[in-house]
Amino acid sequence: MPEQLFQFLVTGITVGSLYALVGLGFALIYNASDVVNFAQGEFVMLGAMTAIGLLAAGWPLVLAAMAATLLTVLVGLLLERFAIEPAWGASVVATIIITIGAAIFLRGVALLLWGKDFHAMPPFSGDAPIHLGSATLLPQSLWVLGGAVVLVTLVHLFLNRTLVGKALLACSFNRAAAQLVGINVKVMLRLAYGLSAGLGAVAGILIAPITFSSYEAGIMLGLKGFSAAIVGGIGNPMGAVAGGLILGVLEALGAGLISSGYKDAIAFLFVLMVLFFEPTGLFGHKVAERV
Amino acid sequence: MSSRWWKINLAVFLLLVGGSLSSAAEPIKIGTFLSVTGPASFLGDPELKTLQMVIGNLNAKGGLLGRKIELIHYDTGGNAKEAVDFVKRLIKSDNVDIIVGGTTSGDTLAVIPDIEKEGIPLISLAGAVDIVEPVKKWVFKVAHSDRMAVAKIYDDLRKRGLTKVALITGDGGFDKSGREQLRKLAPEYGMVIVADEAYGNKDTDMTAQLTKIRATDAQAIINFGFGQAPAMVTKNIKQLGIKLPVYQSHGVASKTFIDLAGDAAEGVRLPAAALVVAEQLPDADLQKPVLLAYKKHYEAQYGPVSTFGGHAYDGVIMAIEAIKRADSVNKATVRDEIEKTKGFIGTAGVFNMTPEDHMGLTLDAFKIVEIRNGGWKIVE
Repeated sequence: MPEQLFQFLVTGITVGSLYALVGLGFALIYNASDVVNFAQGEFVMLGAMTAIGLLAAGWPLVLAAMAATLLTVLVGLLLERFAIEPAWGASVVATIIITIGAAIFLRGVALLLWGKDFHAMPPFSGDAPIHLGSATLLPQSLWVLGGAVVLVTLVHLFLNRTLVGKALLACSFNRAAAQLVGINVKVMLRLAYGLSAGLGAVAGILIAPITFSSYEAGIMLGLKGFSAAIVGGIGNPMGAVAGGLILGVLEALGAGLISSGYKDAIAFLFVLMVLFFEPTGLFGHKVAERV
Repeated sequence: MSSRWWKINLAVFLLLVGGSLSSAAEPIKIGTFLSVTGPASFLGDPELKTLQMVIGNLNAKGGLLGRKIELIHYDTGGNAKEAVDFVKRLIKSDNVDIIVGGTTSGDTLAVIPDIEKEGIPLISLAGAVDIVEPVKKWVFKVAHSDRMAVAKIYDDLRKRGLTKVALITGDGGFDKSGREQLRKLAPEYGMVIVADEAYGNKDTDMTAQLTKIRATDAQAIINFGFGQAPAMVTKNIKQLGIKLPVYQSHGVASKTFIDLAGDAAEGVRLPAAALVVAEQLPDADLQKPVLLAYKKHYEAQYGPVSTFGGHAYDGVIMAIEAIKRADSVNKATVRDEIEKTKGFIGTAGVFNMTPEDHMGLTLDAFKIVEIRNGGWKIVE
């Protein structure tokens, strides 16, 4: 039993780091505009699908990954410029609905470009399992874990240590005041969408060898990533990572120890409990309610 | 004289009018409702393409009974409620003569009450046994049943002397129906189910369930499902270093599965329709020419064939043959003719319909294939 338990934990951390990586992308846009971007999952899908397409066309991995990320950033910027910016001044809910529309649109475009099939991406460094005592994990999982650590550190440093990052946060706290002290709110918003798209794309490329990808892959990943983000406290990049890991481990333990049929129910029950008792998430900012 | 001229003129006029009327005769309408988008899209998509291809070709050759054929299609997106609405529309406002379709068992089962009430022949492309058992007057099906797949797997296990099996299935309709058959048929084949695990079809990791299976004394793993999840299961089995024989269902009998699972797919066995191994069949095989012809035709237009497109081929050809024999589109006569289908060589096997059997396939329709070097190999 303890050997099994160890494998469940390893599985949980693998799956959790995947959720964390996707959840991270939600933080930036939320920080800049209080909007949950439901097209975040589609950024993840776009990054993965573009990279897979370029790899199939014979590009080397690094180049394909970079090109896919840049392309997704461009899509993020275009989305902000032509869908979000025209709705300047609209309520948060209206903007969220726009992002849902954008997600459906991006999915449609991906369907036309790549068809309905699932596509596999070769792992970065082979698929010989690594043995940790009695448990095994794939080398790609280490890439995902490492990627999550690097990205969360970068996002954290950016938001807290750079002037631009602080300006971004300021927009979220009080848009009018931010504008008064000379922050160009529109530019900040564009930056947030571009960076989020880039984060999503990198996440997508890192996890594609494990999860496969298809035009619809963004839906499930977006949902799980979003759950991770709200458990951890949306807007807090560290929280998203913690939330993702907690969800992943809960799912794996639920499947292993209780019943595999109920593992999603167990994870979502936990999300509900968190929202019920800690509405701002486990690691959310305990700020006074803005009206 | 003049009155005679008048009569001749009238006769010529009537002939002309009559002639033009018959050449402008209403087309024969074949209705269909498929899951061209949604989770079962990789089934519905080749099905629709096949229907369009077959009907297009037939129209180019002059149609059926001197009339053109019109295909009326609605995409259900795999939503059974939509399927019901679309079938009502097909019957009541499009006035179709026959319906070929229902990609998924869920879609098909949902429309059966309306089909039976309105009395219109339906040839379903879906798998579940429940569609034709108990027999419904107007409902036929051409796809292999999940029960046949299960019987074939158990049969192969018995030949290898393996009796303890671990099941791992997804949460879709196909998976659940397969699991039910696996449990139902186990005693008949002397199988003992030592583990029965589940996963969500969109899950990205099944190692927790497989770790539990590893701790049992299972001699083989059976995974019943379709889409990317079975590929994930297969990869996870390899990752955990589990050396047991792995059986998949006919739901993954497509090249996509091999592409997704990669090396891990080597040695996996599954029951598959003859279509995927058409070239390997002996020349004496009755199905071989039919399979190769369909394959060549389809691949020239759309790319690799799948057994699911094959079901659409069987369904629409069976419908066309029945209309030909009935020499009309009278619904009752066509239904009777479908029921009399004998020795019809389709892509799924040789069909012999009877009033008691509205599918008409035997276990021979499946071959057990093993994945070797990224391709299929018949192993029976």
